[in-house]
Amino acid sequence: MTIYLDHAATTPLRPEALEAMLPLLTEDFGNPSSPHAYGRRARMALDEAHEVVAACLSAQPREIVFTSGGTEASNLAIKGAAWAGRAEGHRIVTSAVEHDATLHAVGHLAKFGFEVVELPVDRYGRVDPDELAAAIDERTILVSIQMANNEVGTVQPLAELIAGVRRVAGRRVLFHVDAVQAAPYLAIDTQALDADLISLGAHKFEGPKGSGVLWIRHGTALMAQTHGGGQERYRRAGTENVAGAVGLATALRLTCEERADTVKRLRRLRDRLRDAVSAVPGVEPTGHPRQRLPGHLSVIVRDADGPGIVVALDLEGIAASAGAACTTGSPEASHVLAAMGYPDEEARGALRFSLGRTTTEDEITRAVEVIPPILARLRVGSVALAADPLGQEVGV
Amino acid sequence: MSGGVDSSVAAALLHEGGVEAVGVWMRLHDVADTYSEFKKSCCSLDAAEDARRVAGQLGIPFYVLNLEREFGAGVLAPFLAAYQAGETPSPCVDCNSTVKFGALIGRARKLYECDAVATGHYARVDEVDDPDAPGGRRFRLLRGADPDKDQTYFLYGLRQDQLARTRFPLGELTKPQVREVARRRGLVTAEKPESQEICFVPGGDYRDALRQRAGWQETPGPLLDRDGALVGAHRGAAAYTVGQRQGLGVALGEPRYVARIDAAANLVQLGRREDLERRTFEVRDVSFTAGRPPAPGAFDCEVRIRHRAEPVPARVERLTADEPGRRGTWRVEVERPVWAAAPGQAAVFYRGDEVLGGGRIASSPRA
Repeated sequence: MTIYLDHAATTPLRPEALEAMLPLLTEDFGNPSSPHAYGRRARMALDEAHEVVAACLSAQPREIVFTSGGTEASNLAIKGAAWAGRAEGHRIVTSAVEHDATLHAVGHLAKFGFEVVELPVDRYGRVDPDELAAAIDERTILVSIQMANNEVGTVQPLAELIAGVRRVAGRRVLFHVDAVQAAPYLAIDTQALDADLISLGAHKFEGPKGSGVLWIRHGTALMAQTHGGGQERYRRAGTENVAGAVGLATALRLTCEERADTVKRLRRLRDRLRDAVSAVPGVEPTGHPRQRLPGHLSVIVRDADGPGIVVALDLEGIAASAGAACTTGSPEASHVLAAMGYPDEEARGALRFSLGRTTTEDEITRAVEVIPPILARLRVGSVALAADPLGQEVGV
Repeated sequence: MSGGVDSSVAAALLHEGGVEAVGVWMRLHDVADTYSEFKKSCCSLDAAEDARRVAGQLGIPFYVLNLEREFGAGVLAPFLAAYQAGETPSPCVDCNSTVKFGALIGRARKLYECDAVATGHYARVDEVDDPDAPGGRRFRLLRGADPDKDQTYFLYGLRQDQLARTRFPLGELTKPQVREVARRRGLVTAEKPESQEICFVPGGDYRDALRQRAGWQETPGPLLDRDGALVGAHRGAAAYTVGQRQGLGVALGEPRYVARIDAAANLVQLGRREDLERRTFEVRDVSFTAGRPPAPGAFDCEVRIRHRAEPVPARVERLTADEPGRRGTWRVEVERPVWAAAPGQAAVFYRGDEVLGGGRIASSPRA
């Protein structure tokens, strides 16, 4: 029996989403821009997808732009807002713990003369509202802060952060919220949250990969980053991924309907896992103890190496993560933990277990039996290896 | 799994033999990042992709392990130090002793509960009765069945405990057979060319590595002929290797080779071809695969001073005893002269197919 505890990386596609998508991949294959019956059927499905997503976000359908995923949504939000606001200013404020989709997008803009401010965070990964407000000046055109962190699960005090910006800014400074990681678990109400741009990625909430959403508050000036046809109200050219949009909409609707139950259940299961895992000597949780995603458990295993632990867990059928996905064995420590004040030597032991809606009680019952001994063994093994890294002690 | 055909087939054979195999690609240095366009190098990211693909074809787990620190300490540092001391390093020997069959065996056992490390080396290990060995049994390191591919020259440093945890699935095969196995299984690496260069020197010029990793700069010094006459300037002693003929920048009527390097004095001395022939030389840091020499004071064997060279019959005699942290020096007297015995290079002792052990050629004080 294998146990999937890496839902922060991706989730399985919900059967309901798959079912909703299938007709658009088969008989209803038309191009939504075509005037004939085939096109009309696809257009209808796409329109409904806009409506469903809008309803989930308390938004208007025309505020919804479907993208190829969370990364594209954030890139469109950040680059689109930056270039549209270039005449007003060139300062972009973000935080040191953002996802690379944000940090690399603003890094790209920095090459074109935009000024990028990366705010520090506290030990739990939170941005201080006063510090954010203090970073806003008359040249500031955009703020981009995530709703919850992918690596350590910490939820940002977004309402206070946005209120602080609104209080000090003399005009509307656009506020982009990367809600990719938060969307499965936190309610996103665009009426209540005074943001301008919100990114979502379908595959984090059991929708298909390659499908995302950027919510753009009506009236927000944004410069398109993909040029071609007039799709998505000229904000994202290219024939729409209708099946992807429908899959996203279906998954998001169900996610919102079930959210309260899912959150309650996952918090309980996560706490069980947390108690078992942090009972292992040398293991300590990271991120905020309470203001965190319900299914998210991030820890540091002292003396050990996160990628090495992930291998050992995988060999025992447990799918976990060392933090952000890493494929090349690059030794760079997490920028998130570094910003939270963890030295490299501690950060290298970072490990993340993320539960999802489909995680079962039985899986956690088994996980709490299997995982702690593996962590304990890896720690002992790592200490032994550190004493003899090149295996030169005869007979060991 | 390096991403080459040999380790691909080794993995395939293990897997098909019923072994629970786990594929691993070792990230050993930053060349993977900086030189990914050098497709020839076995350590580029492309190689990792090929290894991953083969593991996928076989249906075995596959991981990238980061062993940069270990490689730095066990291979890179001695490599740079050797050149800077005017010697010729043997990085592949160090990599086998300290990384593949050192650090990796350690991880395999201490972290992942694996029993052994298997590689695509052309070499064999067997176990024989030996009344003098602890437990009455000992492991032997034997030459690979393919004489053209035998890689035991680079493996002489393995100890009994390492040999006990080493598997060479290609030991009985020839290279053409290995390619055939790969082709029959449709492995993506079946037709991949051999990689010859040192994996962390993608351009093939080790002086680039010296510059980048050790801050080495060209430091011209006297280039002397065999009789001590000054015949030119060299670019810095570390840029030369004993036996080197190319790039000396002198024309002296008949061919000249680098015969001696004195790094401390930044001096390079040339010689005629016959000046580089040696009947005796000393070998330091000598280890024996059995854990002890075949005889305490002296023994007969065959010696190789470079990969794939014809082993030459020799008498090997102990000069100094092993000390803690430093193994002994032995004197080698070869039956026929060997050419260009470069200090720092491995000298490996064979008896027939068996590797007895070996060490590093010492810079001879009497040269």
